[in-house]
This record gives sequence, structure tokens and C-alpha cells, in this order.
Amino acid sequence: MKKYPEKIFWKRFKKNKLAVTGGILVLALFIIAVFASVLSPFDPNEIDRHNILNPPNIQHPLGTDELGRDIMSRMIWGSRISLAVGFVAVGIATLIGILLGSVAGYYGGWAERIIMRFIDIMLSIPTFFLILAVIAFVGPSIWNIMVIIGLTSWMGVARLVRAEFLSIKEREYVLAARALGVSDLRIILKHIMINSMAPVFVSAILGVASAILIESALSFLGLGVQPPMPSWGNILTSGKDNIEIAWWLSVFPGFAILITVLSYNLFGEGLRDASDPRLWGSEGS
Amino acid sequence: MTSYLLKRLFEMIPTLLGITIISFFIIHLAPGKPTDVLTEMNPKITPEAREKLEKYYGLDKPVYTQYRLWLERIVKFDFGESFSTDRRPVIEKIWDRKQPLLERRLLITFGINALSMLLILMIAIPIGIFSATHQYSFYDKITTVTVFVGFATPAFWLALLLMILFGIQLDWLPISGLKSMDYDTLSVFGKVWDRAKHLILPVFVSSFGGLAGLSRFMRSSMLEVIRQDYVTVARAKGLREKKVIYSHALRNALLPIITLLGLSVPGLIGGSVIFENIFGIPGMGQLFYKGVMMRDYPLVMGILTIGAFFTLLGNLMADIGYMLADPRIRTK
Repeated sequence: MKKYPEKIFWKRFKKNKLAVTGGILVLALFIIAVFASVLSPFDPNEIDRHNILNPPNIQHPLGTDELGRDIMSRMIWGSRISLAVGFVAVGIATLIGILLGSVAGYYGGWAERIIMRFIDIMLSIPTFFLILAVIAFVGPSIWNIMVIIGLTSWMGVARLVRAEFLSIKEREYVLAARALGVSDLRIILKHIMINSMAPVFVSAILGVASAILIESALSFLGLGVQPPMPSWGNILTSGKDNIEIAWWLSVFPGFAILITVLSYNLFGEGLRDASDPRLWGSEGS
Repeated sequence: MTSYLLKRLFEMIPTLLGITIISFFIIHLAPGKPTDVLTEMNPKITPEAREKLEKYYGLDKPVYTQYRLWLERIVKFDFGESFSTDRRPVIEKIWDRKQPLLERRLLITFGINALSMLLILMIAIPIGIFSATHQYSFYDKITTVTVFVGFATPAFWLALLLMILFGIQLDWLPISGLKSMDYDTLSVFGKVWDRAKHLILPVFVSSFGGLAGLSRFMRSSMLEVIRQDYVTVARAKGLREKKVIYSHALRNALLPIITLLGLSVPGLIGGSVIFENIFGIPGMGQLFYKGVMMRDYPLVMGILTIGAFFTLLGNLMADIGYMLADPRIRTK
């Protein structure tokens, strides 16, 4: 019987219970973010003077903050912010990474040397310092942090794409295409890129997790998503301000970040293991 | 060996230059002139004073001259004057000679990071070895799950939870600052204990991410070494398992850890902004945060450059450490 790589991939992926759970949670979070307006019981910005800093109760399952806003509603809307920042930032990082990585890997020589040196330089600046420094100059806003996180996290993707290109560009089908006079751009896009996308996709999934972590840290410091726009990080800021009287402000949003990041990591690692032919072993051939 | 070291040092020069170019570029992201903030916040500054300031930063000159001037000043650790009301030089704020050594911001941050690195090594290496030698055991699975959760835990959230638990509910540990109000009245032993109590939570929080990463890395490094031929040989000649693991396998498995430690410096430095802010620790990270909030450009640029410099230093030390530990490079 002929074995299809896709089938082996699914078989291996389905076996990994943690990865499947991660995938389901990723999907669930996505649905929550998309249907935030339907799912949240209150307006996330509605101030209620009579219910300030209420502990969790039937009306407000996760309590209220110092302005009487419903924490559950703010967290549901916050998931939208976190995912938006995660996806846009990773989109930018992946695009830059693919572009620089493929140029370095395909052309080699000077272009490669300059790009690799640039990557080394970017990696030796403490990323969080760099992000904060840029925010000091351009000011904090959701758009700025999306772009800044993207511009400071493409290095891994670039290295990955370069390595993939180095190994694929010497394969016979690529050499054949070149011998036939196919243009560089077409070879890069149609023959090499397509075949190096699996690891890039995995690293993008893992990248969303780390972008969400960075966004929450920035928002927590007051340098990311600006209130009243809700984000998990800035709810935690009021958790810190009210730490002696309102534990629920600190516990729930952090838990949401933890679960989200964990789901993306488990899903991503599961995809990586399932798509790595070296790990296929006996089921493979 | 010397030539290897020289080569590494030589390779650092373009990186260092690149870092300064990127840092310099960031200054010019600011809307308007970098000196606008200072004059906005301080309406007392006359147009003449402003002009003087612009001259000081060379803003009336072309960009490449500005860069050269800036570079000439930072190699002398002259990062200019802070924009804050005290107008002190940036370098004095980071390294205040009038303060006792342990109260200087740079050393506070450095000390806490060194302590967390020590803690990471002391905990992560045994965990990694044990996981690797008991692969797929119940214990190994538990640590694997813990590591995954550890990776996903935002450090600042962990800090808040620990503050609620140990600082507020149990009231065992202080949650802010580096020493108590009555510090000066305490005995020598009391002073040491007071400082230690203040350090427990910050050091634990700042080492948490590294703990997960390093124990995972140690596990895979150990697993790789255990499968090598020389380990099989050691076992085959009848050595005790303990001896095989701790003297034959461990030494080789530790080599990549040295590099990883060097690479973890930027993460630790970056993290200090978060935990110093949460725990109210008067270190370089807190100063950086204040600088970012106040748009104190010279301060931000100064600390960014110093942070990058320490990262490179960390990498260099890892190289040297690797060289001393690995006879294959030492004898080259």
C-alpha cells in the first residue's frame, strides 16, 4: 500500500493527546475572540459605580475592577486584542524572515554575510530593552507594538528559512529547473519556498505564543495596549495596583495568558514532531 | 588558543558597530527633534538654551557627523545628561560613585541576575540529568509538563501570585524594595537576613523562565551524550553507572550549557525591567522603565547601549568558558 505523507502526519498528530488538546484550545480561543461581542455578558467599558471591586459572584463570575467593569467581559474582549497583536506581529516577522532568509540562503556570498551579521547584531541587543526603547520614542499604542514586536522577532524565521534553502537548493529538481532556464524568482517561489513552508508555519505558531507574552508584559507595564481598551496585560496592571484587596484581578487574566500560550506551544510542538520525517520511524515506510 | 580568542574579539567589532548604528537610528524615530521633549516638559528653557542643547547633540550637523560625535562620546561612557529635572549625567545615575558599591543601580541589577543564574544552574542541571537518565519515567513526564507550563507562565504574573501568597496572605516575605525601613538599626546578621528576605521573590521570579529552558536543554544534551560510543565503552568496561554518568557523560553534556548561559544574558537583562518594576527594586531596569515613561532619551539610549555591551560580554565570556572547558579548542 502506498503511504501518503499527509496521512502519516495526521496519524502521528492525532496520537499526541497534548497537541490535539492544544489545537482544540487554540480553535476555541479563536472562536471566543471572533464572537466577543456575543459572548461577553457586559459592555467591557461600562463603568458601574455601585459594583466597584466586587469579588467573583453570580452576576460577575470573575469579579469587577476598580471602575466596576466586568472582568469576564474585559477578558473576552482582551482575547481579541491579544490574538490580533500575536497574529499581526508574527505576520510581519514571518514576512521579513522569509524575505531575508531566502535571499541569504539562495544567493549566498555577500548578501548572506551581511544578512547573517545583521541577525547576529539584532540578537545581541536585549530584545525587551530594544522594544521598550523604540516605544519611548514612538509612543505606546496597539499598532506600534504590533509593528515593533514584528520588527524585533524575525531572526529565528530568517535562520530557519536560510537553512531550508541551503538544503533544498542543491536538490535535483531545483538544479533541473535552473538548467531549464527558469528565473530565480520562480525557482525561489515555486520550487523551494513551497517545500520549506512546514517548519516556517510551525515557528509562526510558536511565535504567536511569544508575541502574546511580550504584548501582555508591555501592556502590564503600561507601554502596550492603552486603557480603556482591554487587554490581559493591562487588567493585570490594576491587579497589581489593588494587590492587597482584589486577588481576582491578578489571578484570572494571567491564567488566560498561561492557557493561551501553553495551547499554542503544545499545538506548535505537536505539529513539528508530526511533520518531522526523522521521527516517523516504523509507521513511515 | 590565543588566536581563537583574538578572532572572536575581532568578530565582535562589526557587531558592536552595528549595535550602535541601530541604537542611533532609534533616536531618529522620535517625532520632531529629540530635544523637543525636554523643551516641552520644561517651559523655562529659553530658545538660546535649546539651541545650545541641539549643538551639544550635534543636531545642526549632517546625520553621519552626528553619529560620529555620538560614537566618540559613548566610547568614553559619556551618554550625555538626563532629561529629568535633576539633569545629572546618565552614567552617574547608573553608576553613582557617591553611593556605596551595593547601592549602585548597575550592580544591583547585575547582582540579582548573577544570583538567578546561579539558582538556575543549581536547580536545572540536576533536574535535566535526572530526566535524561530516567527518560519516559513518571518523573520525566512530570518535569516535561512542568517545563511546558513554566515556558507559558508570564513572569510578572508569577510575581503577582507569589506576592499575594507569601507577601499578603501568609505575610512571610516583604514584597517591595531591597531592605526594610529599620535596616540601619539591625545587627549585622539581621542586615544579611533582611536583604536575603527581600531577594527571595525577585531572584526566584527572574530565574523562572531560565529554569524551564535550561532543564529542558540539559535533558536533551544529556540524552545525546548518553548515546555516544564512549559512554557505551565506559559501561562495557564495567564502570559503575554513577561514574559513567557523572564523570564521563556529564562533562560533555555540560559544554553546550556554557554557550546557552552566554545567550541567556539578554533575556535576563530584559527581564530585569519587569521584575525590578514589580518589586520596586532600584536597579538599572527600573531606571530604564522610568526613562521610557518620561521619554528621557539620553537615559534610554545609555542603558540600551550598556545592555547590548553586556550581552556581547556575556557571549565572549561563554566563548572563553567553552574554550577552557573543551580541550579540542584549547589545544588548537
